[in-house]
Amino acid sequence: MKEEDHIEEKNPIETLLRMDRIPHIWCPGCGIGIVVTSFAEALRKSEIDLDKVAVVSGIGCTGRVAGYIKLDSFHTTHGRAVPFATGLKLANPELKVIVFSGDGDIAGIGGNHFIHAARRNMDIMVICVNNFNYAMTGGQVAATTPTGANASTAPYGNFEYPFSLPYLAEASGATYVARWTALHLRRVTKSIQEALTKRGFSFIEVITPCVTLYARRNRLGDGLNLLKYYYEKSEIQHGADTRTLDISYQGKLIVGKFVDKEKPTFLDCMNEHLAKKLGDKYQPYGVNNG
Amino acid sequence: MKKVKADPKGVLTGSHYLDGDYALAEGALAAGCRFFAGYPITPSTETAERFSERIPSVGGVFIQMEDELASISALIGAVWGGKKVMTVTSGPGFSLMMENIGLACMMETPLVIANVQRGGPSTGLPTLTGQQDMMQARWGSHGDYEIIALSPDSPQECFDLTIEAFNLSETFRVPTFVMTDECVGHMHEKVVIPPADKIELVERKWYKGPKDKYLPYKLDKDQIPFMIKAGDDYRFHTTGLTHDERGYPVINAECQDVCVRHLVDKITTNADKIIRTEEEEIDTAEIIVISYGITSRVTTKAVQQARKAGIKVGTIRLITVWPFPEKRIKELAKKVKAFVVPEINYGQIVLEVERCAGGQAPAILVPHCGGGVHDPDDIFSAIKEAAK
Ligand SMILES: Cc1ncc(C[n+]2csc(CCOP(=O)(O)OP(=O)(O)O)c2C)c(N)n1
Ligand code: SF4
Ligand SMILES: [Mg+2]
Repeated sequence: MKEEDHIEEKNPIETLLRMDRIPHIWCPGCGIGIVVTSFAEALRKSEIDLDKVAVVSGIGCTGRVAGYIKLDSFHTTHGRAVPFATGLKLANPELKVIVFSGDGDIAGIGGNHFIHAARRNMDIMVICVNNFNYAMTGGQVAATTPTGANASTAPYGNFEYPFSLPYLAEASGATYVARWTALHLRRVTKSIQEALTKRGFSFIEVITPCVTLYARRNRLGDGLNLLKYYYEKSEIQHGADTRTLDISYQGKLIVGKFVDKEKPTFLDCMNEHLAKKLGDKYQPYGVNNG
Repeated sequence: MKKVKADPKGVLTGSHYLDGDYALAEGALAAGCRFFAGYPITPSTETAERFSERIPSVGGVFIQMEDELASISALIGAVWGGKKVMTVTSGPGFSLMMENIGLACMMETPLVIANVQRGGPSTGLPTLTGQQDMMQARWGSHGDYEIIALSPDSPQECFDLTIEAFNLSETFRVPTFVMTDECVGHMHEKVVIPPADKIELVERKWYKGPKDKYLPYKLDKDQIPFMIKAGDDYRFHTTGLTHDERGYPVINAECQDVCVRHLVDKITTNADKIIRTEEEEIDTAEIIVISYGITSRVTTKAVQQARKAGIKVGTIRLITVWPFPEKRIKELAKKVKAFVVPEINYGQIVLEVERCAGGQAPAILVPHCGGGVHDPDDIFSAIKEAAK
């Protein structure tokens, strides 16, 4: 074989990954990598200046995403990715700030930050990998675990009511809300692309297989079996009323884009209001961008 | 370390009558702080109020967050977005900030937190004074690390030391605390704010070399790595995990050793440059009273009484509390009969004095559990007793 035959063609998304950190830590069959691929694909396809994109993660299996994305990236503390992103965005409004983290991180320990960032219409995007459990720590019950599912700290099954994340996001004020599963690769990419062009708080939930913990503990088979479940039970309903999106154990998964509207962002409101109140005394802040 | 003059936009030059809380906000604005994220808590709220009123005409952001966990997280984010940042709080809020104070240490993020202390534990005495968070400031977050803490004794010092806190935090890339208390925070006194060109600021240690050579945690000659901000085409990574020069996580004991030693050593080996104390009549002293913040003002009266009674008393006022002036106390312990340490807590800094004295001279605590300042007579009695 000639030498050049050895040179594999570089996957175009590799330029967006920290290849010097591969192999990654995720289990074989884990769905997080699929979502990262969709994300990188969306960034590649989008027209935005990638030097102005920053990724912030909290802690968890999904929280490791920031460490693999070759952009300005921040691996923060458990639950605090959203307020960290808020500070980053406000300090440098020309940035497009994306939070990429797990369901426990965003809706459990970080739930309060999540609803307040949505309420303020902070101009950030949140991509939430929902694997129905706290994976990194060994598969404990989460705020998103369907009632009846087993988890390491719900050994007799979960008897609590889970959050419906799109409903929570819309009720809190998000201007873009979508839910997909890891099966809907192209849809996830498209949603992220759309959200990249929007200003305001956007939220994308991606239901993702955790094969090692959630699937195994619930005897649901491997990653493929979970994707099969997504295939059989997901139903695209764009514009569905977010009050109808509850997820029951192995039940129907309503996916789609539910909210897509325009509303002034935190900085829009701040600038407009203070300029009105203070007139010439006011020094407009970061007005050209965000 | 590059020094620059303050931006006149933030400097309210003149002679004012301000309380300590307001002076903290003015100090921050003069130091170039343009981002403040906070959550209301007595007796510190006035600082946030002042900042929120002043910042729109200076150019910057004030945001009231949903809690103190969010406030400190937003601060760290804002530093990496390029801003100088501050928040203010009191005991319960300080407790909530602890985890991310650790993150700021780990990411070597310069920021300033003022703690207007009140009596604790728990909700304790919301409206009354205390100095009970002094050890928390040093040890409150988990793991090994070093921070810097200053203790102002007047509104003027709230202004001056806030500027100094910014300068130290930028020089060493470390969270720096202004540990004041309810008395100083709510005390109105004259505060002189100099013209902007008389205020010297330490500029952030911006990296200026070739972009592809940048390593976020590669130490410069002075042990402090260079900083950059997001959005400038570096595509860098930073993490709260133990990391190497690249900012990449490395989970083993060897990397931990390098990483943690650095976080500690950059402060301990520069302690002499950081520490400021005010000493009086030390050379002839038999007894040395060591105090800080509001307690040093009460101490003055007790010391006058003692001197009148013929006791040779010297004083040390800790302007820097952390790092602690270890060397100096060690030295003096050989010469004096005793140290007397009044503080509005049940024994915190006295432990540090005792440690440094190493058995050469006793360290006598004059405690006050909070809610008021000492009766100078109690300090006087302790001095008399020590001199016997
Ligand atoms: C303050 C704090 N509490 C607990 C933990 C332990 N912890 C690490 S990751 C995690 C759960 C992560 O779950 P999720 O966000 O859903 O991410 P996943 O691992 O499922 O992707 C927990 C509880 C921590 N790191 N910090
Ligand atoms: S534990 Fe679950 S979520 Fe974590 S890497 Fe493994 S499969 Fe993925
Ligand atoms: Mg999870």
